[in-house]
Amino acid sequence: MLRAEARTRLGALELDVALEVRSGECLALAGPSGAGKTSVLRIAAGLVRPERGLVEANGETWLDTERGVDVPAERRRCGYVFQEYALFPHLSAWQNVAYPLRGMPRAQRRERSLELLGRFGLRERADARPRTLSGGERQRVAVARALARKPEVLLLDEPLSALDARTRASAARELAAVLSDVEVPALLVTHDFAEAALLGDRVGVIDAGRVVQQGTPTELAAAPRSAFVADFTGAVVLTGTARPGSGGLTSVELDGGGTVSTTDPGEGAVAVSVYPWEIAIEPGGEPRHGSTQNRLTAEVVSVTTVGNRVRVSLAGAQPIAAEITLDSAERLGLRAGARVTATWKATATRLVANRTEDP
Amino acid sequence: MRRPGGFTVLLALCLAITLTFLTLPIVAIFLDSSPADLIRSLGEPGALDALWLSLRTTGISIAIILLVGTPAAYLLATRSFRGKAFVVTLIELPLVLPPAVAGIALLAAVGPSGILGGTVESAGLELTFATAGVVVALTFVASPFYVRQAMAAFASVDRVLLDASRTLGASESRGFLRVMIPVALPGLVAGTALALGRALGEFGATLMFAGSFEGITQTVPLAIYDRFSTEFDAALALSAVLVAVSAAILLSVKLVHGSEVLGGAPR
Repeated sequence: MLRAEARTRLGALELDVALEVRSGECLALAGPSGAGKTSVLRIAAGLVRPERGLVEANGETWLDTERGVDVPAERRRCGYVFQEYALFPHLSAWQNVAYPLRGMPRAQRRERSLELLGRFGLRERADARPRTLSGGERQRVAVARALARKPEVLLLDEPLSALDARTRASAARELAAVLSDVEVPALLVTHDFAEAALLGDRVGVIDAGRVVQQGTPTELAAAPRSAFVADFTGAVVLTGTARPGSGGLTSVELDGGGTVSTTDPGEGAVAVSVYPWEIAIEPGGEPRHGSTQNRLTAEVVSVTTVGNRVRVSLAGAQPIAAEITLDSAERLGLRAGARVTATWKATATRLVANRTEDP
Repeated sequence: MRRPGGFTVLLALCLAITLTFLTLPIVAIFLDSSPADLIRSLGEPGALDALWLSLRTTGISIAIILLVGTPAAYLLATRSFRGKAFVVTLIELPLVLPPAVAGIALLAAVGPSGILGGTVESAGLELTFATAGVVVALTFVASPFYVRQAMAAFASVDRVLLDASRTLGASESRGFLRVMIPVALPGLVAGTALALGRALGEFGATLMFAGSFEGITQTVPLAIYDRFSTEFDAALALSAVLVAVSAAILLSVKLVHGSEVLGGAPR
């Protein structure tokens, strides 16, 4: 179990977080850059000392500013995977992994390192210098090195962001496997919600130094508590004013024109969110009536193929993104400048508070 | 192929002038003294003594500079404190000091009638007109070259490596020895070469502070000056030796820089 609490000013950022990660669990902190994600890791590792804070790992107190406890970084058993991996450039892969292994003969250190590297499929790269390793290999060496000391806590800072798009998918799968094997609490930070959802058992969305919502990735995506979380999880967010509508629905007058309905209750200044894959596109700009409640006319801005889907950016009164299949996109003959109608159901429309609530 | 433009011709001309001006005197030293002369004048008593003294005093002085200057440079590169810019300026000051002034300054500080003269004497140290004085003079003029370069070398090492070292259970001193020094090594070697070159060629401060006594304080540059008016050939031969030694140092540093062993990436 890792417990980390910190209240501190760091430059322009007011950090105020309290986290708990159970053993064997991975909590992924996701948020935009500058939100204070890395600072949380550095405080846990003892590389930064907060004004007020508490860090406990497996019942051992590493930091308690109230009682004046501050165990130096080198005596906290943290496996830390740095953003750019921070491998020692003058040491080979195995020597990097062996760095934390002390008080044993060289042959034994090498043996232990090779064993660890072997688990990551890197045994034959053991003598290579970091700069001759590929990005993916470097990442695995960094993880192996972090595990070499048998840490009580694993901290990972953007473990995939230094990788190119092609390596990232396989590296993510491997890392997910490693994280599910590790029996210690793991705290991971990332700016990418999809990455957080893939690697974290739970995800905490952090914004401007505060964890605004925590939950399983599905919980967050299904019930974002704020416009920020909805936007961050990938939803389309539209702002407007809510009032009770007909049939028990809530009607939201959108800023800039248009009205949408939602099954969620609410009143006043609000934001509604809908996932791009919930939005369908009909040709032509005339609103017709079907079973879908929400229909907005818009102009196609761009059409981008993402794997087997097509992401369509639309400019209406507020920007909208829709994801449809390749087939549909071809059938509709979508191109920039075309007038279309975006439609989705009131039941797929979440109503969220417009502003991040102060806890 | 396009004809080179007028500007390129101008650039090339300037390079040619620079190169000629810088290399001609050095080449002349070797053209003016035949290898036979060289070996003969080395055989002359005093010449070998001077060379041996130069190597010894430079070696000791460089050892002191490395031992004390490296941690000092590391501190300046990794910590920030009030008045740091001032401290750095003080360390750089001997760089712009005329060597004669450096000699006078050393006399005023640790000379027999200097402000710390009594302390030095009661410690049983003899500096003026003694080999130890040469070491003091060399260290004084050469150390800023090393400390400055070492500071830059440490400052350019990504600090996250030190963080990584700490999270892997190594104290800062261990990280300093096992990570910072090896990673900064190319810069440290370059600084050592600068200091070596400066110490080997030191003339003014040594002459003022330690004097010029054969076998005791007469280093190669002083020996050259000593022979200059009476035996020009001998002076020339000694100069050739000094050039050869200096060039060898420069060359070996360049070789070390590109070497795999020290982790210097072939850029």
